[in-house]
Amino acid sequence: MLVEYIPLFLVIAFAIVFAFGTVFSSKIFGPQRPNPEKLSTYESGVQPVGTTHERMSVKYYLVAMLFIIFDLEVIFVYPWAVQFKKLYLDPSVGTTAFYAMLIFLVVFEIGYLYVYKKGGFKWD
Amino acid sequence: MEILQIAVITLVKILIVVTLMLLTVSYLVYFERKISAWAQNRVGPNRVGPAGLLQPFADVFKLLLKEDIVPFAATKSIHTLAPMLALFVAFTTYAVIPIGPSVEIFGYKVDLVVADVNMGILYILALTSVGVYAITFSGWSSGSKYSLLGGVRSSAQMISYEISMGFSIAGVLLFAESLRPVAIVNAQSGLMWNAFVQPIGFITFVVAAFAETNRLPFDLPEAEPELVGGYHTEYSSMKFAGFFLAEYANMIIASAMIITLYLGGWQVPYIEKLGLPDYAVVLIQVTAFFVKMGVLLFFIIWVRWSLPRFRYDQLMDLGWKVMFPLSLLNLIWVAILIMIMN
Repeated sequence: MLVEYIPLFLVIAFAIVFAFGTVFSSKIFGPQRPNPEKLSTYESGVQPVGTTHERMSVKYYLVAMLFIIFDLEVIFVYPWAVQFKKLYLDPSVGTTAFYAMLIFLVVFEIGYLYVYKKGGFKWD
Repeated sequence: MEILQIAVITLVKILIVVTLMLLTVSYLVYFERKISAWAQNRVGPNRVGPAGLLQPFADVFKLLLKEDIVPFAATKSIHTLAPMLALFVAFTTYAVIPIGPSVEIFGYKVDLVVADVNMGILYILALTSVGVYAITFSGWSSGSKYSLLGGVRSSAQMISYEISMGFSIAGVLLFAESLRPVAIVNAQSGLMWNAFVQPIGFITFVVAAFAETNRLPFDLPEAEPELVGGYHTEYSSMKFAGFFLAEYANMIIASAMIITLYLGGWQVPYIEKLGLPDYAVVLIQVTAFFVKMGVLLFFIIWVRWSLPRFRYDQLMDLGWKVMFPLSLLNLIWVAILIMIMN
């Protein structure tokens, strides 16, 4: 069982080495001649004004929160999706497998409609 | 002993796949430039080597010999970490995508997939979520306003489309009854390709894949006219190359995902009825996988040169108000279809 995960660990180890190697190879091959002009951030050729670490609009965080809520529902759907055919063909469960998920999705859709009505999906 | 054998076979596979991917990425860039030139009535790269065929190598060496500039305003550690993360994601996701059925080579049974795990789809979803961090980190840590805006836009866009992507995949799982990519491909034998069975899910997945790879018409994170280079404005040398490589590798992975989930993977309908020898069948199937991939990659480039870019609110509207309900509808449709068929 765990044996089939060995290739995955190897792939991950290889990717880490590859990523490090690629990013640091320019340290070896590229020149290093920094000067203040070169190291200032790009702002259409003028002196950069202010900092970038300012407050973002709260709407941006709202998207993140909505994502967490709705993405969790996806994870609830997966185990059901994998088992659905088996459950449906099992005479003791039958169509209940379908209606149970339908009720779950309807409850979920009510939340979606609430956010919609409250203007959670207005981006301007 | 068995573990050692697995490790050796895996390392060989990793080397082959990574080499193939790096070559494909280089030539994908070349073909993108050639196709865009063709679409705009230009010639495209034609100086380095015959018909410009050595251009990708010239580009790589140029980037390798450039100075690595880290701006004063940047948070250095995260600035360095971001391209590594992008590369890490791009070069781990290929592991679970099968390019052919298992074959016998010198008496060993070899699967034409690097890691045949039972949670392959979850693995891909988890890694694509990590990909969002690469872009957010690069935008935040660069200390440039363009980078910040690009990073913010990109993370909002990617998480919005991830939901419809997740629900479309649930439709595929209903048929396959497994999270194992090989099982998903096997469930699509004959003409039971998911693209035909659940066209709505296919469309939502393809659109989400475009959004996840930040390709036009969803390339707001790096919309050149307004955000210069977007999240990688402040990157140079191999760090820039890392993002560039990751972007194109992600295109390849996205098309491989579309093929595995919706276009029958390596399957060619009814090939077993022709009575060909086993090795010929496998050869045709692996070729079929790459042909499908070529067609999809051409499609992605074609779309880039045919469609204009979305406005930000249109993009979010499409994700939350159109794609998300459609993918839910698809899920219910597939469940009903399974109940009718049984």
